[in-house]
Amino acid sequence: MRIEVKELTKQFEHTLVLDRINLEIQEKEFLGLLGPSGSGKTTLLRIIAGLESPDGGVVEADGRDVSTLGFEERKFGFVFQHYALFNHMTVFENVAFGMKVRPRGARPDKQAIADRVKELLELVQLGEFEDRFPAQLSGGQRQRVALARTLTIDPQVLLLDEPFGALDAKVRVELRRSLRNIHDATGLTTIFVTHDQEEALDLADRVAIMNHGVIEQVGAPVEVYESPKTPFIFDFLGHTNSFDCVIRHGKARLGDKELNVEPGIPDGPGVAFVRPHDIVLSRANDPEPTQDAKLPDTAIMRFVSARGQRAAVELLYGKRLIEAEVSRERLNELRLSVGDKCTIRLRLPRIYAKRDAEKQTGIGERAAPRPRFRKRLRSRLGGTL
Amino acid sequence: MLDHASSFDASPAARQPLPLTESAGARTLLITIALGFLLLFLLLPLIVVFAEVLRLGFDSYWAALREPEALAAIRLTLLTALIVVPFNAVFGIAAAWAITKFQFAGQNLLITLVDLPFSVSPVIGGMVFVLLFGLQGVFGPWLAAHDIKIIFAIPGVIIATLFVTLPFVARELIPLMQKQGTDCEEAALMLGASGWQTLFRVTLPNIKWGLLYGVLLCNGRAIGEFGAVAVVSGHIVGHTTTMPLYIEVLYNDFNFPAAFAVASLLTLIAFATLILRTILEWRAEQRLASSRLH
Repeated sequence: MRIEVKELTKQFEHTLVLDRINLEIQEKEFLGLLGPSGSGKTTLLRIIAGLESPDGGVVEADGRDVSTLGFEERKFGFVFQHYALFNHMTVFENVAFGMKVRPRGARPDKQAIADRVKELLELVQLGEFEDRFPAQLSGGQRQRVALARTLTIDPQVLLLDEPFGALDAKVRVELRRSLRNIHDATGLTTIFVTHDQEEALDLADRVAIMNHGVIEQVGAPVEVYESPKTPFIFDFLGHTNSFDCVIRHGKARLGDKELNVEPGIPDGPGVAFVRPHDIVLSRANDPEPTQDAKLPDTAIMRFVSARGQRAAVELLYGKRLIEAEVSRERLNELRLSVGDKCTIRLRLPRIYAKRDAEKQTGIGERAAPRPRFRKRLRSRLGGTL
Repeated sequence: MLDHASSFDASPAARQPLPLTESAGARTLLITIALGFLLLFLLLPLIVVFAEVLRLGFDSYWAALREPEALAAIRLTLLTALIVVPFNAVFGIAAAWAITKFQFAGQNLLITLVDLPFSVSPVIGGMVFVLLFGLQGVFGPWLAAHDIKIIFAIPGVIIATLFVTLPFVARELIPLMQKQGTDCEEAALMLGASGWQTLFRVTLPNIKWGLLYGVLLCNGRAIGEFGAVAVVSGHIVGHTTTMPLYIEVLYNDFNFPAAFAVASLLTLIAFATLILRTILEWRAEQRLASSRLH
């Protein structure tokens, strides 16, 4: 089923939670709604489900306006962050619930219900757990039960609200895989909400990134990761190094290079955002020319932490810290270690207007001075000084 | 200082024993005071009631309970509880449901109002109904014209008891349902259940222990209520006296054996309530502990 959201607005008290949202989800698509908490993503999902009503705008399913339909008429499957399982029922009874509550004429017979429950529990790999109670299951298993239960109403759309939010890291990755498998097996149009960018980028066909009630960008994971439209998205999707630059006549001077700036960014102060893995290191006395912008001064390696094949390197450039990520091999090849000087090049910098960057990411605040020690001490000791 | 805060937990089941910091002497003193107080003010009167009964002998005890007036009082008390408890259970569920599952104007006012009978003296509760339904009251003339008697009659007793016991179930359910949220109900409705199916198959099973606990407390109070009922009943022996009122009547007539006999019966009901309550609390803790295992 194709879902289309048009000009959706929602206000709670005096806060605008959704500000004219437009979004289209294709048939069989797997879409991730990604954003920090308070960005409006859960509200958007609940409005699509019919659990919340919008103040303005419409939700369409296959071109038909469903805004006025209650959630029971929309027949969308919904999975809650905290599972919302019925704790007094066994796994079997939980999954059977959606069939047992149907009116007498539409209710399948006992055997048909049992067969369907078994089939769904096999699908979520919980075949042997039908007699357990939810309290006897792990978080990941409970979420699978919730998923199986939702599928009994044969929904054409599956909506998941932070489905992995309450799980620990390892179970998350497992459940991600099985959710993807279930999606591929059933061909359901699926929308899930998450605040975890890795999860969204890993799982979804397309990602819609929300902030302050607005969708800032929609696109395939690679697309949003490699060309984030706004400084917020860049910063939200991963670690960020920022470098000041000046934009003039649509070009920015960064290190020893002049770079083209995307149209629409005004002249004036700008910043270049660079991911840690796009910080290219080389030895200080090795000025091999490349296309990447080279910073004028050398930096000092302050700290190296090796996690597996990748090494996180902290560099001191002047008075500021730069985060870099290089392979251990490359680091050995360069024969660089803590305390050594090195040259920095910036690969694939994204340039934004400085004002936008500061407003959206708080980057400018990172250098805020700490209160002076004496002053703090005095205020703590009160009148005794 | 040892770090006490880290071992503190809101649930009794998970509470760790705190490292003792008091000396043995202080501990003994505190325990003695607490136990002595309990003994003097709680256990001793109970013992006296039953000792009194035993002293009189079983025959006269039985005879006192078989008096028609005593039987009438027992019957009225049970009737009152039988009407009041289900009514308050339904009201409690409805009020708790309204307060916790919806947002509406006047929500806080409703919570305050539910608590009202707890904060005013039961005597005032009784007085209010006299002012409303008594002969000189607001609805008095109309009731008299239609030959309906509420004050100094059984309906008055039931209404006064209703007023006094109103908060018990609601008070028990509101925090519980607030904690549970609306996810389960939304899930049930989205799976196609009707409102009634959701209520009976999802909400009620989720709150059944809290509900039972509230009903038990409500029942205890309904049976034992004195102040409000005393005002509206008119003490017509054999007609509008509940057990507590009948005990007072007997006591004022210096009929101590009969007074103690009825009092012992009331005490037994209180004991049964206490034991059931302990079982329910124990069960709730067990459930909490088992849900924490995972």
